[in-house]
Amino acid sequence: MGTVDKSFESGLHSEQLRGRTQQTFFSATEEENFTYPYNAFEVDRAKKSEFDAKDMESTEINLKIRSLMEEGCGHIVVKNPRAKHSVGVGILNRLTLDFEGSLGYFGCGLIDGPNIHISGRVGWSFGENMMAGTVVIDKNAGSTFGAAIRGGDLVCKGDVGSRTGIDMKGGNIIVGGRTGTLTGFMMQRGRMIILGDAGDNLGDSMYDGTIYIGGKIASLGVDAVPGEMTDLEADWIERKLSLYRMKAPNGVKNLQKIVAGKQLWNYDNLEPSEKKIIL
Amino acid sequence: MCGIAGIIRRGNPGNIGEEMTSMLRSLKHRGPDSTGFAVYGVPGKDQYVMRFKVAEQEDISKGFDIHQQIKDRRAIVDSRLKELGVEILTEEEATEYAFRYTLRYHGDMHRMADYIEDIEGAEIMSLGQGLELIKDLGDADVVSNQYKLGNFNGSHAIGHTRMATESDVDIRSAHPYWAYPFNDVSVVHNGQLTNYWKWRRKMEHRGHRFMSHCDSELIAVYLADKMENDIELEEAMHDSLNELDGVFTYVVATSDRLGMAKDLMAAKPMVLYESDDFVALASEEVAIRSIFPHEIDTFDPYEGEVRVWEL
Repeated sequence: MGTVDKSFESGLHSEQLRGRTQQTFFSATEEENFTYPYNAFEVDRAKKSEFDAKDMESTEINLKIRSLMEEGCGHIVVKNPRAKHSVGVGILNRLTLDFEGSLGYFGCGLIDGPNIHISGRVGWSFGENMMAGTVVIDKNAGSTFGAAIRGGDLVCKGDVGSRTGIDMKGGNIIVGGRTGTLTGFMMQRGRMIILGDAGDNLGDSMYDGTIYIGGKIASLGVDAVPGEMTDLEADWIERKLSLYRMKAPNGVKNLQKIVAGKQLWNYDNLEPSEKKIIL
Repeated sequence: MCGIAGIIRRGNPGNIGEEMTSMLRSLKHRGPDSTGFAVYGVPGKDQYVMRFKVAEQEDISKGFDIHQQIKDRRAIVDSRLKELGVEILTEEEATEYAFRYTLRYHGDMHRMADYIEDIEGAEIMSLGQGLELIKDLGDADVVSNQYKLGNFNGSHAIGHTRMATESDVDIRSAHPYWAYPFNDVSVVHNGQLTNYWKWRRKMEHRGHRFMSHCDSELIAVYLADKMENDIELEEAMHDSLNELDGVFTYVVATSDRLGMAKDLMAAKPMVLYESDDFVALASEEVAIRSIFPHEIDTFDPYEGEVRVWEL
């Protein structure tokens, strides 16, 4: 079986999104599903640079990262970020970026392509609207982790807060610990692997996508229903976790799979007059 | 939005005035309208600290008579204290309109507080053996300098930076709130209560007084009402999660405890750092980092979580 066929078979492209607002963004037959902007910097991953952000404002840190990329640095180490907000945002480039310490709110949002590692904790709305790349966080994360992400792997090895992956539109969120209430709220696509417990209203009003939970689920949200795990999915999860040196405590096959019941937001079944009432 | 913060030094009092100022300075962007501190000093033996004001800051720019009115109102406060047999040990003028008295009194504190607040423009901000409550318009540095908090030694403190949303920008609506008439109980809050009027009417029927239209004041009064009915602080906080509706995270302090509660939707942030001798909590980690520059482990409490730490 070819790679593309296998990815379809394992359920990676099986979402049948319906409704007025749904579009297909991802095509498995394309060689690359994202492109770097025409003005991305040419960087060399072997060229490494580091700086101390202790006394720098968020804007200064972001400008410094940008200027180093402009100089061709493909590996940047930021020391002492001290939980400052909006750091590492809008990087539309190939880059290895290491933060030695913690980030505050809205860190690493809107990124497209970098591989980021954070040795500390991150605050609310981390990785919002991430488009591609990988982010690995060693400690905990706040609420609305990975809100509306479209692609890439967003990995937190500790616990995350509430509303994880709210409005998620693609990509993968992987959490080593527990997650709070309303995880996957209005999720549209993508996959979420939570190895610990999940709070109340898991997957509430989800349109599509898949959530895998390793621990206890406090309660399922509206229209979130259990699904059946296939062998191919299990293989995919195993491979994904091994990439980040993570393991499901009770084995991948014992993860609980949650999907959308698709009984809630099916506007296409409505008559025009009924749509008018809703709108 | 608002920013809230709390610190407790377990068995190791220190300069909590400077520490809380530093935390609130980091939270200025969450609320530039006013700043408030509830700091808990070393209680004096058999004496109380009363912080009160007799006018609002904006009153000072409203005419020529206010300066004389302030003097007159303060004179009435002094005479009423004397009438009740209260011994005034020290008097400090923090601003033209806000004062700090240390008192000795063995009578009914509730009655005394009512009698003082009956004076036009007078409001007791705090009354207790350890608690001192300071709030005014401006950022953390302005208020801390104005009220000389830079060298305040104590065991614990809570603080607030306010972005006014549902009530006016004035001292009356600034946090923290004193859980009148309970000595040494104070509250700061970030959020909105949607059943404010329902609970306010209920509390007023039970004889509680409200000094503002700020929904945060309800939390202080609500907890005071519970404690008046012999319900433990932690239990009262758990009750609040089911009875108060809205999105909120609040911090409460008593003479020997510090607690936090987060609503069931977990819509308002809180970050915690906990060690054997120190607990720090704030709306944003950057506030905690302002007093702990080295690497520490922090975490978010979850929805419906109540935590209480003792000194």
